[in-house]
Amino acid sequence: MTQTPILTTEGLEKRFGGVVAARDISVALHAGETVAVIGSNGAGKTTFVNMVTGYLKPSAGKISFRGRDITGMSPRDTARAGIRRSFQISQIFPELTALENAMIAEIAALETKGSLSSHAITDARMHAARGVLARFGLEKFADTRVATLPQGVKKQLDIAMAAVDDPAVILLDEPTSGVSVDEKISMMESVITPLMNGEGTVLFIEHDMDIVSRFASRTIAFYEGTILADGPTEEVLRNDEVRKYVIGGTAHA
Amino acid sequence: MTQTMMKTDFRREPVYIAVLALLLIAGFFLPSWLRFLLQTALAGGLVALGVAIQMRAGLVNFGQGLYYCLGGYAVGLLSAKLGITDVFVLLASAVVVALLAGALLGLLLARYREIFYAMLSLAVSMILYGVLVKAAALGSTDGFNVPPVTYLGWLPEREIRADVVYTLAAVLVVVSCLVVARYLRSGAGMLCEAVAENEIRLEYLGASPKRIVFFVIVTAAGISGLGGGLLAISTGHVDPLMTNWTTSGGFVFVALLAGRGSTIAPVIGFFLLELVQTYALDIAPNAWQMILGAVMLAAILLLPGGLWSLIDRRGKA
Repeated sequence: MTQTPILTTEGLEKRFGGVVAARDISVALHAGETVAVIGSNGAGKTTFVNMVTGYLKPSAGKISFRGRDITGMSPRDTARAGIRRSFQISQIFPELTALENAMIAEIAALETKGSLSSHAITDARMHAARGVLARFGLEKFADTRVATLPQGVKKQLDIAMAAVDDPAVILLDEPTSGVSVDEKISMMESVITPLMNGEGTVLFIEHDMDIVSRFASRTIAFYEGTILADGPTEEVLRNDEVRKYVIGGTAHA
Repeated sequence: MTQTMMKTDFRREPVYIAVLALLLIAGFFLPSWLRFLLQTALAGGLVALGVAIQMRAGLVNFGQGLYYCLGGYAVGLLSAKLGITDVFVLLASAVVVALLAGALLGLLLARYREIFYAMLSLAVSMILYGVLVKAAALGSTDGFNVPPVTYLGWLPEREIRADVVYTLAAVLVVVSCLVVARYLRSGAGMLCEAVAENEIRLEYLGASPKRIVFFVIVTAAGISGLGGGLLAISTGHVDPLMTNWTTSGGFVFVALLAGRGSTIAPVIGFFLLELVQTYALDIAPNAWQMILGAVMLAAILLLPGGLWSLIDRRGKA
């Protein structure tokens, strides 16, 4: 990896009163990488994602995106800059249809371009929204009110919305949690494949090591708020400390 | 296509507004007392429409009468106290005053949701009520009269004055509905549904819920101010009751009763409410509130989506 990283964090730290949730998190993500983040509960994985996407302001350290300092930027501005995320508990618009959800994602992206007063519902945009659903295999739910959809489909929709406009970096917070064991792999395939086909960097938090080794070329292991290991997935999963503190801690949970 | 975008698609709106325009033309031939009722209801209908569009963002404004009153008093003060009688200047002032108030209040209110939004908007409207009630120079609780208006220098003869005002009100209401429909089709209008459903998601998609709420507050304020101005011109009178909570409550009720599927729903809904109220008062002078209450209860129980759901349902089937 000799190219310049697209997203870097340097010495990130987050304290909640006396509790240190993250300490000295330094990571460099490159364009087009697919990275898994592993670690037991409370290891600081979500804190990391929350800091990068602007939900939490780091107590110390620096986040740079495309060479620009984005430390402390709001979620909205980070989203506009090109860093999007999906959520562990799917964040969607429950009373609307899947197509309307996708439309909203398309229209919200409009605000970035400063044309909120233009006609929102155009045939071109409807077509684009349908395209987003089709890309993630959701077209059959286009006219279904999403509150009635199964958990896994909701999470797929959540990810599909985050992927509108092809963000440079997309962070998935436990994309397979709440999905049954036999559906996990097909679920991952349906969301990761379209994302990996783009140019963007994908980072996902995952507890299932089978999925990690299958989909991530690189893995970052978190333990008690710090990075225990960061490197090619096979190496990280073989690392003794990772086996002892991370995999041992979650595989049997 | 229209079926798939049920809640958020307003592309059929021009058709509905054309229907409203035809109804208003037919209204020209109503008996004069009924046409007058329709005319004042059009003024209130605009305010109810303002409440309804805020409801799309999940916000209940219990003080929309504030802008109604500001619009009315803007017209009243300029004409009765400053001698400006041109209707276009007067109504433009009503809209501008309401827009300014909406923008100012919007800066504050756009940060609040749910009961806090409802109570704060109510509180501000009641402050204006309190001030006006104490203002002896403005007639306190009685308010004051608004002189007849002129149209670019033309003062219509007494016999046709009512026709002219009705025509003006009808045209302005149709134009307002078109403007609101255009707003509802814009990104800012459409994202109101998203604000009501999930603000966090919207933020992470790069949109600003606060800004979307601000836009809806200002839009609603503008049409409500126009409504107040139209009432002042129609009845030739303004009083502080325009910003009392009972008045605002009526607008909320109509917005609920009519539904928010179309811009014309609250306008027609407000007329129907006025009609029921008039007949109830006629039939049972001492118990008309009971009749009104029963009608309201029936509407809520039988049509939780509002009267407009009858029309939408047909479209869905």
